[in-house]
Amino acid sequence: MNPLFEVIRDPDRCIKCRVCERQCANEVHKYDPDLDKMISDPMTCVDCQRCVCLCPTHALKIRPNENQFRENANWSHQTMDEIYKQADSGGVLLSAMGNPKDYPVYWDKILLNASQVTNPPIDPLREPMETKTFLGKKSQKITYDENGKAHYEKTPYLELDVPIMFSAMSFGSISKNAHESLARAATELGTYYNTGEGGLHEDFYKYGKNTICQVASGRFGVFKGYLDAGAAIEIKMGQGAKPGIGGHLPGMKINDEISKTRMIPKGTDAISPAPHHDIYSIEDLRQLVFSLKEATNWEKPVIVKIAAVHNVAAIASGVARSGADIIAIDGFRGGTGAAPTRIRDNVGIPIELALASVDARLRDEGIRNDVSVVVGGSCRSAADVVKAIALGADAVYIATAALLALGCHLCRSCNTGKCNWGIATQRADLVKRLNPEIGYQRLVNLVTAWDHEIKEIMGGMGINSIEALRGNRLMLRGVGLTQKELDILGIQHAGE
Amino acid sequence: MNYVIIGNSAAAVGTIAGIREFDSTGNITVISDEKYHTYSRPLISYWLEGKVTDKNILYRDADFYEKNNVTPVLGKKVTKIDTANKTVVLDDGLSIQYDKLMVATGSKPFVPPMNGLDKVKYHTFMSFDSVKAIRAEVKDGMKVLIIGAGLIGLKAAEALSAYNAQTTVVDMADRILPSILDVRAGMKMQKHIESKGVKFILGTSAEEFSEHSAKLKNGVTVDFDMLIIAVGVRPNTELISDAGGKVDRGIITDMTQKTSLDDIYSAGDCTVSYDASSDTNKILALLPNAYLQGEVAGRNMAGREFRYVNAIPMNAIGFFGLHIITAGSYEGEEYVEETENTYKKLVFRENRLVGYILMGDVKRAGIYTSMIKECIDLGEVDVELMKKAPQMMMFGKARRLDKLGGITE
Amino acid sequence: MKKVYVNEDWCLACHLCEYYCAAANSGAPNMIKAFKSGKKPVPRIQVEEGSEVNFAVQCRFCDGKACVKGCIAGALSITPEGVVVCDENKCVGCYTCVLSCPFGCIVIDEEGHRIQKCDLCTKNHDGDPACVQGCPNKAIVFEER
Repeated sequence: MNPLFEVIRDPDRCIKCRVCERQCANEVHKYDPDLDKMISDPMTCVDCQRCVCLCPTHALKIRPNENQFRENANWSHQTMDEIYKQADSGGVLLSAMGNPKDYPVYWDKILLNASQVTNPPIDPLREPMETKTFLGKKSQKITYDENGKAHYEKTPYLELDVPIMFSAMSFGSISKNAHESLARAATELGTYYNTGEGGLHEDFYKYGKNTICQVASGRFGVFKGYLDAGAAIEIKMGQGAKPGIGGHLPGMKINDEISKTRMIPKGTDAISPAPHHDIYSIEDLRQLVFSLKEATNWEKPVIVKIAAVHNVAAIASGVARSGADIIAIDGFRGGTGAAPTRIRDNVGIPIELALASVDARLRDEGIRNDVSVVVGGSCRSAADVVKAIALGADAVYIATAALLALGCHLCRSCNTGKCNWGIATQRADLVKRLNPEIGYQRLVNLVTAWDHEIKEIMGGMGINSIEALRGNRLMLRGVGLTQKELDILGIQHAGE
Repeated sequence: MNYVIIGNSAAAVGTIAGIREFDSTGNITVISDEKYHTYSRPLISYWLEGKVTDKNILYRDADFYEKNNVTPVLGKKVTKIDTANKTVVLDDGLSIQYDKLMVATGSKPFVPPMNGLDKVKYHTFMSFDSVKAIRAEVKDGMKVLIIGAGLIGLKAAEALSAYNAQTTVVDMADRILPSILDVRAGMKMQKHIESKGVKFILGTSAEEFSEHSAKLKNGVTVDFDMLIIAVGVRPNTELISDAGGKVDRGIITDMTQKTSLDDIYSAGDCTVSYDASSDTNKILALLPNAYLQGEVAGRNMAGREFRYVNAIPMNAIGFFGLHIITAGSYEGEEYVEETENTYKKLVFRENRLVGYILMGDVKRAGIYTSMIKECIDLGEVDVELMKKAPQMMMFGKARRLDKLGGITE
Repeated sequence: MKKVYVNEDWCLACHLCEYYCAAANSGAPNMIKAFKSGKKPVPRIQVEEGSEVNFAVQCRFCDGKACVKGCIAGALSITPEGVVVCDENKCVGCYTCVLSCPFGCIVIDEEGHRIQKCDLCTKNHDGDPACVQGCPNKAIVFEER
């Protein structure tokens, strides 16, 4: 096997401070006292950039190994490399984070509108601009009694100061400090983070007002106190990175705290089954939705999260009828701590298409107001958020972007458990590298920046609230798309 | 309020600092028989060696007296303390009124009676004047005989090496620096100093001096161009004893540094201190001790209540580039580590660190010192880490956080 | 007064503080020159590494000020702001302060001739001390407590 990367060290800049050596959990760098030199073994390098970022003299760079197999359009270097790996191991290939393949990114083929002359733009610095939004069932009608008092159906909802939430990442797949960063940031931002399927660490119950507690097929850490702790409950039916596949947190990551939080023995593998074994129909799902509502005194909205798959619109329609208050749809570029490579790279559909068809279907069926729609799976910027809302989303879930804010450099080696940034690891010495004091501030910065940008973009369109942007597909135009794609997205081509 | 301080070294400066913490207006008069602005006595060897200039030998900046509103009376000797009239009488007949008096008279070189010493010229090594006298006479490559292998004698030897002196050091004891080093460390230091060209003749003393030569009791004759007597010092206690104050080996004070006489305090090399590490009273002729005693005395003279505790013998000194730091007492169970260039001895008693010797590698020694001073029980520290090197890691988390928060006990 | 404090929960023992400190106090314009001019500048902050915790230690600006009071040369003094500083021209390298400092925070310079200590970068730096600025994990903070 060849190393994937080259470690380039500028000897004129290197002062042999050994920071790279101390910071690399993969043991790439080493000081050799005989040579009085830093030496590097690129074999284990994952290009996480930790050494590059911390090198005080900027003496390091990591770049792809230029060594090339004799590839061709069909047999790429990576394809061949994977064959060699499997021939070595006989195993299923594992990968982390989202689908990296060259499938179309529809966000980048959709352009936004702006006002000129007749419908003047709004300056968000001078005029009110609302990015607050509410998630949950919207009452269909208001009636008035003889005394003039309004009556309408009251259902639990989530109130978001920004239309962005942090999506599910379990304690176990990410570190306690990462969770704390998310929890504190959500609290300060007036939005929500999601526990993922690993339960809620006892230290974080205090952030409950801004927490969505997930119930997944493994039911890890689920008990009455957990359900009561959060502001909403999310039933995870599927995940964009690995639709149809369960989860597997290896026993070596199940330390004391995770064991306690997940309520499983220390050192045992935490296996989430592919299906919920009590859900084989929409009716079964409805039972779980109602059970959870009953368990929490009908005070909390229930979210059902599904992966974007081929017949997502029909599934969403079923979910809407199951009594769920919010549907979360996760696109195929969504991240993961570990997924079988073949699944990650080949299963599911783009979130843009899924969102457009779900929104259209729910409208067609007259049930759009029964549920809110939240989408995730690679919203990379404020522009993506605006496009998602204009396509019909009520809010978006971000996770990969949040991890980047925490220091992640997308090396996609979460599954090794040796995250040098202290995010996807449970090794105490590595977890420590993410100081939540820094982490939470960076998340707050990121979302605040996006919020400013959303306001700027909306203002340009002459729109002053999320409510007015939602489903406003007239604000979108496709570029370089086929008629079929435009039809699914429900938008016109640029110039039309 | 009239404060009068007899003496102008570390204890006197400490006293001034102590007084001025609480009394910014009282009159302070400093009287010294030396004519110099306060200078650092331990720096005289560095001055002789040429490492310290006339300016840098000053212990405090030139504007020190002015800034602290102190009236210096220099070059005058106090001959008598008149406790009845609360005055000190100077050698020129003048007397100065005091409300609170500090006696920080320090010590003088001890020159024992030796045959023929009256017929030869010799130097002591104690004051700026004494090294100035040596400086005036020293010539490159001259033969120097130093009587006394203690701190002063060896510092003199080191200073004179700058003049390529051929130095011989004679001491009655069979090893060097017996007051601060154990046998093993003494040998190491002796070897080191010998490697720099200094010759030692130990376990003997001078029988008879004649011009330019000394006959030793072991029969050897040593020729010299310059003779330095550095066998020890004696505290200047006469002013107190003449006034009827309690004097033992030095001036006796209580924990507030007050002598047995009303309104009269004492600090520094002329006093007897309580050594907490050995539970005995002794003279601790150390600059930090002098300063701290002076500071406590000054605060008390200004009407506050402070006590001087936790004094222990301690020394930081180097000869020809080899450094030693020692503290406490050496009575107890020992832990010793030795390499070619370093020596470490830790001494434990009653489950505490009571003393140590570090030679060569003296890094962070103060952590050991603090363990002795603060009487920290070994149960509270990681002893293996402590033996390895002085470090904050050896303390338990609570004590460590307490300490690193900036609190000293 | 504002002091440098280290939170051992976040110290990674990366030793960057030592390098930023040493470089800032070396007089060299940048870190490369500081460490590649033949000398090996000594930091005034020292990292202690343990199996579970790490922390850096530097002058605590403690109440005792044993270093200043014990200095035989009058080289150590306290500025009006409370910073303990060393006059390098006056220090003779007797190490009485090394003997006295209860935290082991007085360090010996690269030539072994005199001491150096943290002066909160008051002489060499703008803003927060170099160790604080260089810490990648906010384990070192500069604040009033």
